[in-house]
Amino acid sequence: MERVTDPVDIRARREPAAPIPEVVAKRRAERQRPKAVFDLRDVQVSYGVKPAVRGVSFDMGRNEITALIGPSGCGKSTLIRCLNRMNDLIPAARVEGKVLYHDQDLYAPAVDAVEVRKRIGMVFQKPNPFPKSIYDNIAFGPRVLGMKGGMDEIVERALTHAALWDEVKDRLKANAFGLSGGQQQRLCIARCLAVEPDVILMDEPCSALDPISTGKIEDLMIELKREYSIVIVTHNMQQAARVSDRTAFFTVAPQGDPDGASGNDPTHRSGVLVEVDETEKIFTNPSDARTEAYVTGKVG
Amino acid sequence: MSAHGQVVGSAKRSRRAKDLGFRLLLLACIGLSILLLGMLLLDVVGDGAGHLNADFISSFTSISADKAGVQAALWGTIWLMAVCALFIVPVGVATAIYLEEYADSERWYNRLIEVNIQNLAAVPSVVYGILGLAFLVRGPLALGSTILAGGLTLGLLVLPVVIIAGREAIRAVPPSIREGSLALGATQWQTIRRQVLPAAVPGIATGVILALSRAIGETAPLIVVGAATVIAFNPSGLDSDFTALPIQIYDWISRASNDVNNYKPLAAAAILLLMIILVLMNSVAIWLRNRYEQKW
Repeated sequence: MERVTDPVDIRARREPAAPIPEVVAKRRAERQRPKAVFDLRDVQVSYGVKPAVRGVSFDMGRNEITALIGPSGCGKSTLIRCLNRMNDLIPAARVEGKVLYHDQDLYAPAVDAVEVRKRIGMVFQKPNPFPKSIYDNIAFGPRVLGMKGGMDEIVERALTHAALWDEVKDRLKANAFGLSGGQQQRLCIARCLAVEPDVILMDEPCSALDPISTGKIEDLMIELKREYSIVIVTHNMQQAARVSDRTAFFTVAPQGDPDGASGNDPTHRSGVLVEVDETEKIFTNPSDARTEAYVTGKVG
Repeated sequence: MSAHGQVVGSAKRSRRAKDLGFRLLLLACIGLSILLLGMLLLDVVGDGAGHLNADFISSFTSISADKAGVQAALWGTIWLMAVCALFIVPVGVATAIYLEEYADSERWYNRLIEVNIQNLAAVPSVVYGILGLAFLVRGPLALGSTILAGGLTLGLLVLPVVIIAGREAIRAVPPSIREGSLALGATQWQTIRRQVLPAAVPGIATGVILALSRAIGETAPLIVVGAATVIAFNPSGLDSDFTALPIQIYDWISRASNDVNNYKPLAAAAILLLMIILVLMNSVAIWLRNRYEQKW
């Protein structure tokens, strides 16, 4: 779903002879892009009366890595946390619009947040291993979900998948707090894989890690996207450029200004989606001047 | 240069003097309290240490001071603490979990509960004794002056302490642990049962022991509830009459003593016994905290 106010589109619409551009764009998109795993329609997330992010409409593809980038306060973390209903934990948080997951509204009354989180896993900014052994960290999810099958195999498979098995296979009973930060974060990814989710949400998963650990996790993400759909929030633009297939750029804009194109009233600011496109296009030839200013490091 | 240096130097000196003076004042305050405590302790040890032996612990109280001991009181205290612990652990922990994990602190009734618990922790213990007498011993439950009524009264008295300590222990478990667990599809109860509570157990256990060590020295509520003073048998069950160490101490001190029948050293010995038990309990609490407390 490209940006509607794309200047190219507007020009094309004025030519009567040309085929209807939306239809062409849609056909091309359907041909090239996998089916969407998430489809957001005019999503607004508010804390109390104040919207943190508003008017977000775009979709995220299956077996793709979608990166959400933008300056601090643009609502990208808020947005990713409403994809597995983690925002439910904040009593004042309210989600409006539609968050469709495989065409099912995640916020429909009949949907159970616990079931949603079973299917849509999450890796957090700071590694948050449980104060238990490495083995028990992985086994916790399958146990609470009552998963059948040999727990030893489940643990080994998850750790292998997360490229951690060789480093920890001799100390599975050791406390997870003894691992390095990067290992802890891969443990958290393994923990998430152990419950066999469909989607993995990653909220700045490398912001607390050194470059070598970051590299390992990025390799892992590219490996994992063959089986999973991944959404990642990152402050690191190189990271978005390296790993993601599509990138959504958000910015902070004053209230009552749907595009966020005009001045900056600091009182009522909230996040808006500026554009979403193939990552390569976002970083080389973005449609919006604000995206260009951000990705080239002029602002933000 | 030199004039400049002198001005700076003298200002520094007066500030240093103030600093030193304040430090000495604080030391004097600590010194005074330790001195007073030390004198009390020495006095008690001097009076009672000679009587603190196996016979003292294994004998019942008697009209003859030579033969009197604390067996009934010691067992009474142990029974009371057991009843008290069995009451405060489930009720206190459940309340702490509710207030920390489920209660919406914006709601007026949750705020009312919170304020009340904090106030209850400061209510004089004799008031709990009256409550126990009216509600447990007589009144609706009519348990009589039994171990059960005494233990429950002490439990009510220290329940706020357990709740407050339990809440602090639960609050010390970082939100990221709950998030990590919920993000795997665990329910809220699974998260509390398998992540939050195990991580909070050392803090809760420490709080329970500290609450019990407050309860073990309480005298006033037990007197009001009707603990017996002269009992020559150990408690046989929850419905048994009882006495307890603080009651025994109170009784011996208030008895008329003379050179032949002097109860004062017995009271001192019982005080020493009570203090030894207290120190042991608090040591366990400190050990638990250091050994199992999770560093996040």
